[in-house]
Amino acid sequence: MRRLKVFTSLVKDSLDVTTQGSKKYHLWMAFLTFVMLVGMYCYSVQLEFGLSATGMTDRVSWGLYISNFTFLVGVAAAAVMLVMPTYVLKDIDFKQAVLIGEGLAVAALIMCLAFVVADMGGPSVLWHMIPGIGVFNFPNSMLTWDVIVLNGYLFLNISIPFYILFRRYQGKTPDPKIYVPGAILSVFWAVAIHLVTAFLYQGLQARPFWNNALLGPRFLASAFAAGPALIILVLAIIRNFTEFKIEDKTIKKIGMIVAVAAQINLIMLVSELFKEFYAPTHHSESAYYLFFGLQGKTALLPWIWTAIPLNVLATIILTFGKLRNNLNVLYFACFILFVAIWIEKGFGLIVPGFIPGPYGKIAEYTPTGIEIGVTIGIWALGAFIFTILAKTAIKIETGRLQFKGK
Amino acid sequence: MSDNKKWFSLNLSSPKKQSTGSCGCGKTSGGCGSHANDQISDEDFDAAVDAAIGDERKKDGFDQVFDVQMDRRTAFRKLTASLLIGAGAVSTSCSVTTGEDAKEKAQIDWEEQFKGNYKLMTDKERNATVERLVRSYQLRKEKTITMSSQNAEEDVLFGYAFNISKCQGYMDCVSACVEENNQDRNSQMEYIRIHEMKDGKGFKFDDADDNYYHEVPAEGHFYMGTQCFHCDNPPCVDVCPVQATWREDDGLVVIDYDWCVGCRYCMAACPYDGRRFNWSTPKVPEEEVNKNQHYLGNRMRKKGVMEKCTFCVQRSRAGKNPACVEACPTGARIFGNLLDPDSTIRWVLENKKVFRLKEDLGTEPKFWYFMD
Repeated sequence: MRRLKVFTSLVKDSLDVTTQGSKKYHLWMAFLTFVMLVGMYCYSVQLEFGLSATGMTDRVSWGLYISNFTFLVGVAAAAVMLVMPTYVLKDIDFKQAVLIGEGLAVAALIMCLAFVVADMGGPSVLWHMIPGIGVFNFPNSMLTWDVIVLNGYLFLNISIPFYILFRRYQGKTPDPKIYVPGAILSVFWAVAIHLVTAFLYQGLQARPFWNNALLGPRFLASAFAAGPALIILVLAIIRNFTEFKIEDKTIKKIGMIVAVAAQINLIMLVSELFKEFYAPTHHSESAYYLFFGLQGKTALLPWIWTAIPLNVLATIILTFGKLRNNLNVLYFACFILFVAIWIEKGFGLIVPGFIPGPYGKIAEYTPTGIEIGVTIGIWALGAFIFTILAKTAIKIETGRLQFKGK
Repeated sequence: MSDNKKWFSLNLSSPKKQSTGSCGCGKTSGGCGSHANDQISDEDFDAAVDAAIGDERKKDGFDQVFDVQMDRRTAFRKLTASLLIGAGAVSTSCSVTTGEDAKEKAQIDWEEQFKGNYKLMTDKERNATVERLVRSYQLRKEKTITMSSQNAEEDVLFGYAFNISKCQGYMDCVSACVEENNQDRNSQMEYIRIHEMKDGKGFKFDDADDNYYHEVPAEGHFYMGTQCFHCDNPPCVDVCPVQATWREDDGLVVIDYDWCVGCRYCMAACPYDGRRFNWSTPKVPEEEVNKNQHYLGNRMRKKGVMEKCTFCVQRSRAGKNPACVEACPTGARIFGNLLDPDSTIRWVLENKKVFRLKEDLGTEPKFWYFMD
């Protein structure tokens, strides 16, 4: 009964926290709400007219939604980069950052689920996929594996921080015996969510561009570069706008993680490019389309030739300790790396998988306004959720928010 | 032997028992050295299946949904989901001001929304859903359709052969298919693609034109048709998260349009461009609707679901040729039962130099090409 009382009080208090704040905060939340409403309007149009409101066709049947889904799974997986040293290796530096990382993971996962639902042709029959009520094609379909690991990861990333914050809220110290096993589990789980998502594509013999043993490892490397890069940027913002203390040391350490992951990612990219272009086969056509265009169809060229230089530049900056340890340079490198990987692992990965088609037909894909509206709306939803989570967590962590009643 | 094969292979000699006891040597009793004693018999297999999923086997579609053991949480989740969708239906069916027809419509919609997967239904349930769909069409359009739920017959495995020398690219097959299968006229959905290839270049699909609008046969070109190949080892079936698509016992790969959630994973998995998606609500002018339908075949689809060639299941299971075969003016298309040694298709397979597309993928299409 007491727990229930504390919980109700926590909910009330966090509602207070999230509805009060500076003018900037209110403007930010109003802006996000507006974008979300626009996204919802776009989605209602899509519901009415069907997926023909998007740029997808029978030739390119996955687009912006699935691209963003793939990328965000990586961001969610990256929370583990902070969990591991903090809870398992007892590196105290990361402790402040870890709650932020896990909040980011929760927001990213909710965005993932939203993107998948937005991509469905029949959202009203999605209950067919719920095990027990519907028919769950486990273990044959990798999509069912993905449903399991994503929801499991979401549960882990909600329950661990919730337990810690719940204890802190009551002025108690969290018991490591309870949360450390969960944290260790989530370390393995994070690798699983990303590997399983890669297998979703990797297992399709119909699409040579994806049917490639390096896809899974490359997913992991790019995720562990892009995710912590985003966390660094978020920490920088939080440091600026709140009284939450994050030491330079913490940010620099995460920067090192980003550097190593970006280097590995670049090595794998070189390996892939070598395989595709040294002895090109019929199966290299998708890569040719992506990097050079085929038969005058060049829609992806500007994107990929933005992504590759940014990727290389960021990796070079991050490699040199002197540059990396200058925080402003680090933020810049993290930002361009994030953008580069979003392009490369988003539609730079999904769209060429369909081009050329199974019989060599080259039909290009351009997202429509509706599709872009829904996508931006879902990103705003993620930012909204993250802001709420982070604001409450910071208040509790700094000891400003505590259970008063007895 | 069939247990430790390195890859899947289509077995025409004893396909019926392939999964349960026989081996690739074609004999049904010992002698080839690979009949181990520990192979389980058909009865044991059935018993084991019954023990494992016995309930599910006997359940009809409605029970699949409603007669499940569930805890409070799932019940609650289910209730909220159904509440949203059913609210409209309930308000009409409970209202005193709406007519009998509207009530019946709402009742049908409700039952259709929450029916189970056709693949797991009993014959009785299959008939029930077919009756509901026929009645629903009657109520809405005041026209009567016939819809079949005929199951696969014993000792039938459908196969298809395409004579590249004969095809002239007239595309009569394409229009016959569209008319027969009630495909969306707005988006001009077509299951069959005819690829116009240049003589002397071989099968170069990338240079081929599958969307031509000129007089055929064009000088210096030859033609080749593709559609769903009804693979014996179909990649699209494995990837479906809800088992809305499956391989029937007579080899047809079919879709339950009402169970499909529209994720399009099967489309990404198909190496043959065999699947189509309803990007918007399919439209067929009322007078052009083919009223001779099959649940798994040409019945009306809705937006947001997959569909594909079914070798015209409504015709092939009634002993007729698919519409494309019948419409072809050159006789380039041959269809039949692969298990019948006297069928034309078997003659073609045995006497012509046949080949299939992308055999290296191990999908075992039941669609062969040959030349005179």
